[in-house]
Amino acid sequence: MAAAVNNRRKTETSELIFRIVAYFFLIVFAILCVYPLIYALSSAFSSGSAVDQGKVILWPVEVQGAAFLAVLKDNLFWVNYSNTLFVTFFGTVWALGYSILGAYALSKKRLLGRHGWNFFLVFTMWFSAGIIPQYQNYMNTVSIFNGIGITDLKWTIVLAMGMNATNIILLRNSFEGVPAEIEEAARIDGATEMQILTKVYLPMSKATIATVALFFGISRWNGYFWAFKVIGNTQTYSWPVQVYIRNYIEEWTTLTGGGAGDTTWVHDYSATSVVYSMVICAVIPILAIYPFIQKYFAKGVNMGGVKE
Amino acid sequence: MFKLKCDDFLIYDEATGTYSMSPEQQVRDETEKNSWKSAGWTILKDWRLYAMLIPMVLVYFLWKYMPMYELMACFKNPAYGDESGKVASYTWAGFDFFKELFTDKTNSPLFWRAFRNTFTTAFYGLLFGFPMPIILALFFNEVRSNIARSIMQVCVYLPKFLSTVIVTSLVLVLFRSNVEGSVGIVSKVFQAFGADPTLVNGGLVYTTKYYRAIYIITDLWEHAGYDSIVFFAAVIAVSPTSYEAAQIDGAGKMAQMRYVVIPSILSTVVIMLIMKIGSLLSVGYEKIYLLLGDGQGAGGNWEVADTVSTLANRWTGTHKSMGTAAEMLNNLIGMILVIGANKIARKASDVSLY
Repeated sequence: MAAAVNNRRKTETSELIFRIVAYFFLIVFAILCVYPLIYALSSAFSSGSAVDQGKVILWPVEVQGAAFLAVLKDNLFWVNYSNTLFVTFFGTVWALGYSILGAYALSKKRLLGRHGWNFFLVFTMWFSAGIIPQYQNYMNTVSIFNGIGITDLKWTIVLAMGMNATNIILLRNSFEGVPAEIEEAARIDGATEMQILTKVYLPMSKATIATVALFFGISRWNGYFWAFKVIGNTQTYSWPVQVYIRNYIEEWTTLTGGGAGDTTWVHDYSATSVVYSMVICAVIPILAIYPFIQKYFAKGVNMGGVKE
Repeated sequence: MFKLKCDDFLIYDEATGTYSMSPEQQVRDETEKNSWKSAGWTILKDWRLYAMLIPMVLVYFLWKYMPMYELMACFKNPAYGDESGKVASYTWAGFDFFKELFTDKTNSPLFWRAFRNTFTTAFYGLLFGFPMPIILALFFNEVRSNIARSIMQVCVYLPKFLSTVIVTSLVLVLFRSNVEGSVGIVSKVFQAFGADPTLVNGGLVYTTKYYRAIYIITDLWEHAGYDSIVFFAAVIAVSPTSYEAAQIDGAGKMAQMRYVVIPSILSTVVIMLIMKIGSLLSVGYEKIYLLLGDGQGAGGNWEVADTVSTLANRWTGTHKSMGTAAEMLNNLIGMILVIGANKIARKASDVSLY
């Protein structure tokens, strides 16, 4: 009996130590994860000298809104911002549309060559042609689009980018989980293929569709590389906002990086504050919806254990 | 005389010593022939289902498979600096560009450096990036209050949803430093530990010495929290009675970890590890591209930062065929790794991602 009590005490002590370590580590990590954004917000509203001399630690020092105001007044920034909204909205609708239709067809056992179609999709996850062939192909696409009258490169971004085979497979698996009896019942009642999809399958896979829509939406909002490669420096009014921010960062590097470059800067706010303000503007929409969507993401990841 | 082992579709006639088709196989063949004949009918009758496939197949064909046609450029010789030409009109060059990739005096070292960096970046990412989410998941399991845990989880998942441009912008700004003493807050921390950021214009990211550490740390910051979701799901699936039994046997926390938790989540860990190894070579080029300096003075981190993707990106205009060849080699090795990893995962646990 005494030995058991002794064991119990030993266990409790080590559990307590472990728990303290766990709490400490998690709290530090959680703070580190949000701190850069808080710091960015504070720095965006601090005076130029305070930011440049590194006086800002947590709260704004010598509060002023000039840097943020400069961003608000920046016309091209907001044109690009609306481009991002445009690309996010239409890109998500387009990608979700063809993904749902394709996933529905792929989920049907009666589809001829089902394994072949699946392979067609999955192969793109295994092998990608690489940057140069993709770039060449996008250039060809742009010239074809120009030929048929689509000169706005925003549409190239919407239609030709942001493919994700994993999302289609998530949808397919969710559709496969719908009991076949329900579909048969609907078919006997005279429902067409499209009606079965919209009236039976979509309502039953709401959670997956929401998750996949969010995956598409976030990747569209955050997309940079190909948008920049395809648009380049010619059509600045078609840039997504991410390209604009990157472009400003490069200007900022020459402004502050060369040491002597600071002499060309005549404002009382720091160029660094402008960067922070842009970051805040670009992050706000994600932060606004993030608390509501993060549970879907957790679900989406756990749906990933895919079998075939 | 030996008899062929094909009873299921052939019948051996002892008297004549010949084979004839078994009646069952004849029926099977007949149905197959008919099913091929009726395949057209099936599609016609069911055309709505096949029409649904068309948009997806078209998108994937145009923007995933057409680039593979452009891959042909690595066996062909474009006019120098030709970016707009059609690949079909180039003259064939065979394996010349592959040879050049391995033997050319100026370009071959660049390729090998990029290839080495791709591997080391991926390897360090795996070494530090893989255990971290598991540790986080184990720690999350210790938090008894649901509210506290939810708040922490919301915080640690957050960086995953920031774009690469935002993350790299923050990195460049927070790690900045210049000779006039404008120093980012993280550079200050490095300073406290003995680094001298004032010597490096542009920031610590652009130094050969600190680039890797910064890359790995920011990668952990971005992904560790989100990646812990899978492991956390596995950890909370461990039954509380197992812990109780271990406690009664006098197991301390470490022993509980060793004998209860780790064995229960091992299959998840193994699968995730295999998958990680499979995608080893597809290191996110966007982030590397955005953190790459200009290669001279401030921005001299190419020695450790340049990967095959970023090298190919630089070669887009000037060494089109060689860049294509370099990246194709890289991606082929990547593909072999993915397929191999899947095979192993399937054998190990009946779970496979594809």
